[in-house]
Amino acid sequence: MGAVQIQAQDICVGNIVWLRENDEVPCDLVLVGTSDPQGICYVETAALDGETDLKTRVIASACMGLSPELLHKIKGAIECPNPDKDIRRFDANLRLFPPFIDNDLCPLTINNTLLQSCYLRNTEWACGVAVYTGNETKLGMTRGIPEPKLTAVDAMIDKLTGAIFLFQIVVVIVLGIAGNVWKDTEAQKLWYVLYPKEGPWYELLVIPLRFELLCSIMIPISIKVSLDLVKSLYAKFIDWDDEMYDHDTNTPSHAANTAISEDLGQVEYILTDKTGTLTENRMIFRRCCINGTFYGNESGDALKDMELLNAIGSKRPDVIRFLTVMAVCNTVIPLRSQNGTICYKAQSQDEDALVHAAAHLHMVLFNKNGNTLEVNFNASVLQYEILDTLEFTSDRKRMSVVVRDCQNQSIILLTKGADEAILPNASSGQQIRTYVEAVEQYSQLGLRTLCLAWRELNEDEYREWSLLFKEANSTLVDREWKLAEVCQRLENDLEILGITAIEDRLQDGVPETIETLRKAGINFWMLTGDKQNTAIQIALSCNFISPEPKGQLLLINGKNEDEVSRSLERVLCTMRITSSEPKDVAFVIDGWALEIALKHHQKKFTELATLSRTAICCRVTPSQKAQLVELLKSREYRTLAIGDGGNDVRMIQQADIGVGISGREGLQAARAADYSIGKFKFLKRLILVHGRYSYNRTAFLSQYSFYKSLLICFIQIFFSFISGVSGTSLFNSVSLMAYNVFYTSVPVLVSILDKDLSERTVMQHPQILFYCQTGRLLNPSTFAGWFGRSLFHALIVFLISINVYNDERSEKEELSMVALSGCIWLQAFVMVVETNSFTVLQHLAIWGNLAAFYVINCIISTLPSAGMYTIMFRLCRQPSYWITMFLIVAAGMGPVVAVKYFRYTYRSSAINKLQQAERLGGPIVSLGNVEPQLKSMEKDVALLSISQPNSRNPVYEPLLSDSLTSSRRSLGPATPFDFFPTQSRLSSTYSRNCSDKMETMEADEVSVAMDKLQSQNEIL
Amino acid sequence: MNLKATAASSTSDGTSDSSAPRRNSKKPKYSRFTQQELPACKPILTPGWVISTFAVVGIIFIPIGLASLFASQRVVEIVDRYDIDCIPETLRNDKLAFIQSRETNKTCTRSLTVPMDMKSPIYVYYELDNFYQNHRRYVKSRNDKQLQSKKNENETSSCDPEANASNGLPIVPCGLIAWSLFNDTYRFSLSSKVLEVNKKNIAWKSDQGHKFGDDVYPKNFQSGGLIGGAKLNASKPLSEQEDLIVWMRTAALPTFRKLWGKIEVDLEANEQITVVIQNNYNTYSFGGKKKLVLSTTSWIGGKNDFLGVAYLTVGGLCLFLAISFILLYFARPRPLGDPSFLSWNSDPAGHMN
Repeated sequence: MGAVQIQAQDICVGNIVWLRENDEVPCDLVLVGTSDPQGICYVETAALDGETDLKTRVIASACMGLSPELLHKIKGAIECPNPDKDIRRFDANLRLFPPFIDNDLCPLTINNTLLQSCYLRNTEWACGVAVYTGNETKLGMTRGIPEPKLTAVDAMIDKLTGAIFLFQIVVVIVLGIAGNVWKDTEAQKLWYVLYPKEGPWYELLVIPLRFELLCSIMIPISIKVSLDLVKSLYAKFIDWDDEMYDHDTNTPSHAANTAISEDLGQVEYILTDKTGTLTENRMIFRRCCINGTFYGNESGDALKDMELLNAIGSKRPDVIRFLTVMAVCNTVIPLRSQNGTICYKAQSQDEDALVHAAAHLHMVLFNKNGNTLEVNFNASVLQYEILDTLEFTSDRKRMSVVVRDCQNQSIILLTKGADEAILPNASSGQQIRTYVEAVEQYSQLGLRTLCLAWRELNEDEYREWSLLFKEANSTLVDREWKLAEVCQRLENDLEILGITAIEDRLQDGVPETIETLRKAGINFWMLTGDKQNTAIQIALSCNFISPEPKGQLLLINGKNEDEVSRSLERVLCTMRITSSEPKDVAFVIDGWALEIALKHHQKKFTELATLSRTAICCRVTPSQKAQLVELLKSREYRTLAIGDGGNDVRMIQQADIGVGISGREGLQAARAADYSIGKFKFLKRLILVHGRYSYNRTAFLSQYSFYKSLLICFIQIFFSFISGVSGTSLFNSVSLMAYNVFYTSVPVLVSILDKDLSERTVMQHPQILFYCQTGRLLNPSTFAGWFGRSLFHALIVFLISINVYNDERSEKEELSMVALSGCIWLQAFVMVVETNSFTVLQHLAIWGNLAAFYVINCIISTLPSAGMYTIMFRLCRQPSYWITMFLIVAAGMGPVVAVKYFRYTYRSSAINKLQQAERLGGPIVSLGNVEPQLKSMEKDVALLSISQPNSRNPVYEPLLSDSLTSSRRSLGPATPFDFFPTQSRLSSTYSRNCSDKMETMEADEVSVAMDKLQSQNEIL
Repeated sequence: MNLKATAASSTSDGTSDSSAPRRNSKKPKYSRFTQQELPACKPILTPGWVISTFAVVGIIFIPIGLASLFASQRVVEIVDRYDIDCIPETLRNDKLAFIQSRETNKTCTRSLTVPMDMKSPIYVYYELDNFYQNHRRYVKSRNDKQLQSKKNENETSSCDPEANASNGLPIVPCGLIAWSLFNDTYRFSLSSKVLEVNKKNIAWKSDQGHKFGDDVYPKNFQSGGLIGGAKLNASKPLSEQEDLIVWMRTAALPTFRKLWGKIEVDLEANEQITVVIQNNYNTYSFGGKKKLVLSTTSWIGGKNDFLGVAYLTVGGLCLFLAISFILLYFARPRPLGDPSFLSWNSDPAGHMN
């Protein structure tokens, strides 16, 4: 029929694209035809917005009823706006040309489109007109252009390079002036130099330029090469890592960006997607409570609970009814495949889980045809006629169907929904206490609960209501509200059947990973397109936020600017007060409020963002995710964004580090990301092991590179003082080149294998990441140390050389070689002192390099044309040469070792302590002796809350109290003091806002109490 | 716009199918290097190690220092500064005029006393002070190619300003270094008997053999208006001009000694050596000293106490550090690796600073 198969890249705007079931939509399409007679098709938009339920899309009204043959011949015009990134808006219109009768303009909305990266589900085929292709699709526009990323370490190195450059300029200017002065005074007396009396005008510049040449090696060019080399190896280590290989999906980790591994060690904020990233995006029915009996509590799986199976076997009516609701009250479509198995197509994963569970419990939904629905229960077929479907809305939080039982013609209302939406509508006199308890119990386990209920209707009641329903359904104004009202009339006096508990399986190891990383002082934000309740539930179950007594959720909501502003102000106020308390405070905000907050209250929101360690942002769009990343980045925080779907691409690209999970929502995120991993849990290893080592190694390597360049440069500068400030180079050019490129670059390259602490120790003490995050190992003050060391070493080498090789031995080539070999010896020993772990390769590189130095120079010394002909042999034969070398090493390294030892033993950092502990053997498991101190802390906190009556403002109430689950308690093994170091980190890192935080503290007694608390902390 | 009835799509199918058969192939290969698990030893700075290292270094350094000092002390050295004394008292107001004049008698006689027995060979050096042989303009002003072989006679690049004679012909050897060749001469006599000074083999063999050609003869040397230093015997090839070869090994320091000859007889203590100096070389314009040095040698070189003193100092400091670390260790014992020292364990408020 003229359709050809082409590559997605060859689709042009205007083409009609035919899709089959489960195809990924290759570009943005306007839907013109589907296999469904009503012109509906289902799409999964998870890759686009993170929402997992299926969405319905309708064909453009003008094309309604066209047969596939006609669709091939269709001609028309579509007027559509310029490409933009708004995935919730599409304002266009379509007009068909004759012979198609409908010659009017037909408006198009987002409901008439199929957007790129969605999947066509439950629909045999669909066809549409390509309107945006390539990077102009909604998703493509969302993606944005990735900027080249620069790590914090690189930025610091650049800064230091700049400082060294300034230093170099100063040196050049000072020495240049001194050289010119010396030339004009002293050098005029040196007859043997024969300076002309009058030189050309540029004569003044000659000496400064010579010094510029001498000092140009001050900035090591080799650092760039070395860094690129080691960085690519860091990336390779990630690719090679056995422990980050995902066996389930057969995906190894991959570092697509080889330049930013150090940043992994400096992450301060992790922004994570929820669906598919934290969760597996796979719902499983786990437990239920039917008529007061709990099933599945022992085994953890109700489907295997013998008691329940027995109850089904004996056809207990309450259980049967429960299963009927599970199987019937939904919008799931059963599809029978060729080999007889039934597969279900569900809009929501919850319904899917329920229907599957019902099928497993012998209540098999096997046919839905128009209004009739057939269920197979224990080999007998039950037929139901669907009369009405009361759809789910987020306000009602429940959905119902009204069916006629074809066996006895009775009309039944079947309802399922959130507990808070169902339980209040229970028929009076029914005991709902057990259900409340069940909900509470399940929620504690992090299960998603649904409450199932039913009611038998009598014919008259239904007929009466049905009229109202139809009327409401056809109103034009406030339809949704009216419908809700009508539905409410029916959905009362319900008989509660029971509670189901569904597990949205967290990925393996997610809670542990989050806990470890939070101990490491990393703040977590969850950005999800999903609903608020789901987000909070997941957050609770994966240690993201702590349950009630310890943690607290603050909700920012509102539909307009005023409400949001007030809400924000209240939350901020609470946050300021509680920021000093040992309490996990998190705020929750939804997309609407976020948009308003970012637009009108950016400053306040930014303050909130910096105060809060944890945040949950739900119903956010891809661009809002990116905006939030941008916000944190603007406050100079290192951000890591992790996600798995197309909706995370923008955020991943925007963040300092983007991590993609090569997961079920496709590979888009993984492709756009800097790192792709198979599972969320690998993030721990990626940051704590690879990130930390990379940072440590780069910090050492870069500073060492500066050190060795400065060392040789300082010697040149010192030499200029005894050579008439004329800019003579002590070293010949070959030695200088070899020094930078070879002698000093090779040994330092093996520092990529250096490990200060074993991987296990780091995992046990993630707090140690603090040193990397705050840049303790590479900053101006550590750099000053290296600068001082190079100055000191240069002095040692220079003074010893010129004092030993003076008088009759002051031959220039010899002296230069003595000084050079002195530098090489010092290099080797500096490497030894600074290396934490010696592998064979390290020994080979350090000592091999020293030997290579002598071999190479001896070879050069055999060349008669070389300036240093025979020099090396002469030196090696002199005992005084070797004695000089040992003197240089002892004098140069003695103070370094002494200072290092002193600091290591008496002013040791946490890294040193862990090294020592590691050496003594065995892991250092954290201890219980902190407990008493903690108690006293708590007392103080209690005192504090008494002294601040104003703390009981409305927002202070737990957000979760609006559900019945307000008094959730953690079952998870909460470590009692995991927040302390990070707490203090907050106060240290945020000290910039601390001052104004204190000022805005209104209640005096609060700040007094705070002071007390702080002083108490210091004593502790 | 034309809606063409073409195109179908296949995006996801291909990729999902192709990945299925390639299972079990993506697992990274295991090796100890790729897993960063190479066996490593992790030395840490334990008090034992550090203290014993310092002690050992101290104990080794002090004897070496003593030996060096002893060797240096055994070297007998006679140093005689003659640049001022060799100018007649009446002319000392204008030393420059004295040295630059062709008329003045520049011969001067000095008498040296041998302080101790000196075993042959006794090296005769001249020492110049404040003379910048390492000045960039000076040190560059030579052409090694020209010195090496006759065929490169015209190679005078980098020799400015002493590249070509006034008649435009190349100077051999060209450059400032050769031009400013030292030209004082010494004649030694011991109790009115001439003391033979061997002027052979004072230059490096390698220089004579490879750097200075035996077919290169001086040409146009010191023929310009400005006379720098010594003239060269035009009939001797450069490889035999040993004074020049020694002079052209430029010194790295502004104070340096250059070998002038060797006395190959032993001298006894309190013997009087008379030196007749031809004081030609101008160091007066820049205030440089000229010294005549007679010195024996030892395994460590000439007389230089620096190594010995430095070794004793460093060795002493190492011992001192070792002792003070021991004291510190007993005064403030620190159990290594007590996890309760960890800030997040010991200090709930977590002042990690």
